[in-house]
Amino acid sequence: MAKRIDVKDLDIYYGSFRAVRSVSMTIQPRAVTALIGPSGCGKSTYLRALNRMHELIPSARVEGKVVMDDQDLYAPGMDPVDVRKHVGMVFQRPNPFPTMSIYDNVAAGLRLNNKRLRKSETDEVVEESLRGANLWEEVKDRLRKPGSGLSGGQQQRLCIARAIAVRPDVLLMDEPCSALDPISTHAVEDLMAQLKENYTIVIVTHNMQQAARVSNYTGFFNIAGTGQPGELVEIDETPTIFSTPTHTATEEYISGRFG
Amino acid sequence: MSTTTSPPTPTESVEPPNGTKSLVRGTLPRWASWGALGAAAVLAGLIVRLLGFGVTPFVLSTAVLYAIGISGWSRWVEGGRKATDRAFTALVASAFLLALTPLVSVVVTVISRGLDRFDGQFFTYSMRGVVGDGGGAYHAIMGTLITSGLATLMSVPIGLATAIYLVEYGHGRLSRAITFFVDVMTGIPSIVAGLFAYALFALVFGPGTVNGFAGAVALSVLMIPIVVRSSEEMLKIVPDDLREAAFALGTPKWKVIVRVVLPTAVAGISTGVTLAIARVVGETAPLLIATGATGSTNFNPFSGQMATLSVFSYYEYASPGVPVDPSLDRAWTAALTLMLIVMVLNLVARSISLLFAPKAGR
Ligand SMILES: Nc1ncnc2c1ncn2[C@@H]1O[C@H](COP(=O)(O)OP(=O)(O)O)[C@@H](O)[C@H]1O
Ligand SMILES: [Mg+2]
Repeated sequence: MAKRIDVKDLDIYYGSFRAVRSVSMTIQPRAVTALIGPSGCGKSTYLRALNRMHELIPSARVEGKVVMDDQDLYAPGMDPVDVRKHVGMVFQRPNPFPTMSIYDNVAAGLRLNNKRLRKSETDEVVEESLRGANLWEEVKDRLRKPGSGLSGGQQQRLCIARAIAVRPDVLLMDEPCSALDPISTHAVEDLMAQLKENYTIVIVTHNMQQAARVSNYTGFFNIAGTGQPGELVEIDETPTIFSTPTHTATEEYISGRFG
Repeated sequence: MSTTTSPPTPTESVEPPNGTKSLVRGTLPRWASWGALGAAAVLAGLIVRLLGFGVTPFVLSTAVLYAIGISGWSRWVEGGRKATDRAFTALVASAFLLALTPLVSVVVTVISRGLDRFDGQFFTYSMRGVVGDGGGAYHAIMGTLITSGLATLMSVPIGLATAIYLVEYGHGRLSRAITFFVDVMTGIPSIVAGLFAYALFALVFGPGTVNGFAGAVALSVLMIPIVVRSSEEMLKIVPDDLREAAFALGTPKWKVIVRVVLPTAVAGISTGVTLAIARVVGETAPLLIATGATGSTNFNPFSGQMATLSVFSYYEYASPGVPVDPSLDRAWTAALTLMLIVMVLNLVARSISLLFAPKAGR
């Protein structure tokens, strides 16, 4: 659990359009790394390249290295399906499976991955994951009800429970709170603080306060202009980025002068 | 505090300042529509009586008088915009009733004439050795079930697989070509489908091979494009979010399709399939050519001609025996049976979509 990721010279393309240029960074284990930057600068694109979701888009491709545990995720023999088992993802909009109950949603990862578990084992994993996502108390009496009946914040925590049920090493979150109200946002932020004990977490957010609150490291992405590729400007410990960033662009962005 | 401001005194009218007209207008009473309709009907009745016409002019003039009357009255009381609204409401409602007329007429006619022979004998007897009175359509009902059933068994896997390919895999030239040919297939006249099946079986099994299976092939030619189209639409509206969520759990693509996409779309797909069956179950021309007709029961779709309800109805009407009446009665009852089958299929489609629809309850 909780692995370190070394990204080396990563270029990410949509067809012939280079959306992200030569990103190198180290993502620390058992910590929250926040990615901030103006919209359209390739944060989501970069995040999706970390678990090989990017290539699901036709003609999208990636050049460079993403090394997790001495293994290059983009090495020729690497199976993207296996990569995604180790690097889970939570999306901007909560997306529980509408045909499944709360219980089945959490168990979905196990079942879809062909793990043959006994009922009691599945029960255990479901309870553990829901507890891990701070949702157990709220849903334990209606596990058989559809997940779509939950509130937005609960649905998002259900999605987090679903993601951690397959026991990934890394959890990627793409603006997980942007569709949530402040109270649900607070619940999810608390959850991140707990989860980082066991996981490597990378979160994209356009909320600077959130980055400051939840993250240990912050990376700032920027874009030179429309049609230009996005770039990583700098990444450092969060307090450093928010107090004494190296680049003026970072300072301007953080102080709200653009973006 | 009460000394500083006096409460606003209620004024007589709510007339806004600056001399603009009041925003409040008169409204017609609640019964206005029905009242106007009644008056229009009475007036139309008088006119038609005086001139001595029939039912159709009565209905038409009622509609016209109602539209004129209600919009005129409304213009007088309520003003121009509402009058236009009422006139168009009348127009739209009339168009709806007009569209409904043939439907109601067909239903009424088929039921009233079909009920004569809607008895036990009709559903348990074939036409074997029947001359004149009696006999039934058991053989034709079975034939319809067999041919449509086989057609469904062939069309659903092919159609669904095609739709899955188009939505989940195809992006290039092949998928554009398939879409084009599916469109072309949608427009194939049913008689051509029948000729195709006939020619195919003549080519493979020798000339004159006419059996239930050939009819089923002809029906699938008609059914496949419908299944492809409806399933494609249903698969397309499955949100990409769900696919991504499943992929992010480390699920292989085929499993994402089988375990997430298809269950999400199953209500729509089965509704589409059921409606496709309803669409081909009443086909006559292709079965006439490829399946033929017979008076006796034949359960074997691979050998010998097979009766089907639509063809049965057609022959009973086109070449009745002597006396004519029993044949015509059988034709009507066969039509009624066919209509009931289609109705049941539609009900099934509705309950399927209710049953499988993702539930959003708490
Ligand atoms: N599916 C796609 N196809 C082509 N271009 C895309 C696609 N998704 C995003 N892009 C482009 O990639 C760039 C980065 O987008 P994105 O990663 O979504 O930015 P961010 O998440 O930082 O707002 C943008 O210029 C966007 O237009
Ligand atoms: Mg984004």
